[in-house]
Amino acid sequence: MSWVRDRLLDKLHYLGHQSLNAFARLGRGSLLLLQLIFAVPQAIMRWRLILQQIYSVGVLSLLIIIVSGFFVGMVLSFQGYITLVDYGAEESLGTMVALSLVRELGPVVTALLFAGRAGSALTAEIGLMKATEQLSGMEMMAVDPIKRVLAPRFVAGLISLPILAMIFSAVGVLGGEFVGVGLLGVDGGSFWSQMQASVDFRDDVLNGMIKGVVFGWVASWIALFEGYDAVPTSSGVSSATTRTVVHTSLAVLGLDFILTALMF
Amino acid sequence: MNLRVIEIGVGIFVAIGLAALLILSLQVSNLTLLDNGPSYQVTARFQNISGLKVRAPVSVAGVRVGEVADIHFDPETYEAVATLTISEQYDQLPIDSQAGIRTAGLLGEKYVALVPGSGFAFGADEDGEDSKPQMLVDGSEITDTSSSMVLEELIGQFIFGKGDKGGQ
Repeated sequence: MSWVRDRLLDKLHYLGHQSLNAFARLGRGSLLLLQLIFAVPQAIMRWRLILQQIYSVGVLSLLIIIVSGFFVGMVLSFQGYITLVDYGAEESLGTMVALSLVRELGPVVTALLFAGRAGSALTAEIGLMKATEQLSGMEMMAVDPIKRVLAPRFVAGLISLPILAMIFSAVGVLGGEFVGVGLLGVDGGSFWSQMQASVDFRDDVLNGMIKGVVFGWVASWIALFEGYDAVPTSSGVSSATTRTVVHTSLAVLGLDFILTALMF
Repeated sequence: MNLRVIEIGVGIFVAIGLAALLILSLQVSNLTLLDNGPSYQVTARFQNISGLKVRAPVSVAGVRVGEVADIHFDPETYEAVATLTISEQYDQLPIDSQAGIRTAGLLGEKYVALVPGSGFAFGADEDGEDSKPQMLVDGSEITDTSSSMVLEELIGQFIFGKGDKGGQ
């Protein structure tokens, strides 16, 4: 019977080890977030570093955001038209497209694309810096890598994601107009006027932007933490990159539910 | 990379972002930078305004001339009082205009439709001294109103309508 006991103990050991690991990671993540927040004022002083990061995180994501925004808007318009035309309400197409983009799809899809396009790159960059001991090298030279490397990237993500979300929504509305008005023959005047009548600047556009800021914070925090906490080997960096995309996507979807319940 | 190229790239990025925000705020939502210019307010009392919302359009002959600024309940007359803000450029509306709550489309949003009257309703005689028609001014009240169409009441009238006719 002793082998049964050993097996059981092994399982319990594994469970305990995993739980402790999870809590330790949560604690290290929170500590890193605290350090990042305290490093933000100094990072803003070095605005050139932030500028460079906005370039690599935001500007280089522009193409994928614009293209997917346009296509998401077009598909929304197609699908919405099929449902709305049964009720003779195809004039509400503009409202439907604009509200779903500005409130939900804009920030959420942007954050998901951001996790894949920019978050994974951030993790791999930081992870490789750690694996090649560049971060330790900085510490040797009395340069705090959190202030010099991580904080500018954090601020850049915080700034870039809401801007990208706004671009996504605006391009999506144009894509919806292209399909709805251009191809399906919805009246352009009522498309825009019904949209303007029901989309409110503060309730919809600003709340969408707040979502963008929150998602930018979560996405860059997770990406930076996974990179900073990666096992400094090539397989460690690769699994950290995978975790970044998975965890960011889950966190964004979960947070979106909470934010929507609070806002609307 | 050259810092200048990066700065130009970020500049383009932020400019596109601002343009997107501008499109969203001006073209998609109903935010207007100018406060629609000068306007005047009139009130109208309705028996029932069900479905009319603040900021709903006020239109004459289908043209938007203003919006509903405020809706409240008068506890003395048990009527709903709607305050309509009408743009100053449409100050030639006769004082005996009718206000009705209409629906855009079968299930669309409610709006206030003004039907212009003659302007000779209250004392002013067409042949008399006050031969000028009276116009709506700030603070005047539209008395000739028709209420919101309530679909349930219409259906009820349709179902029980025959019984009423037989009784008359």
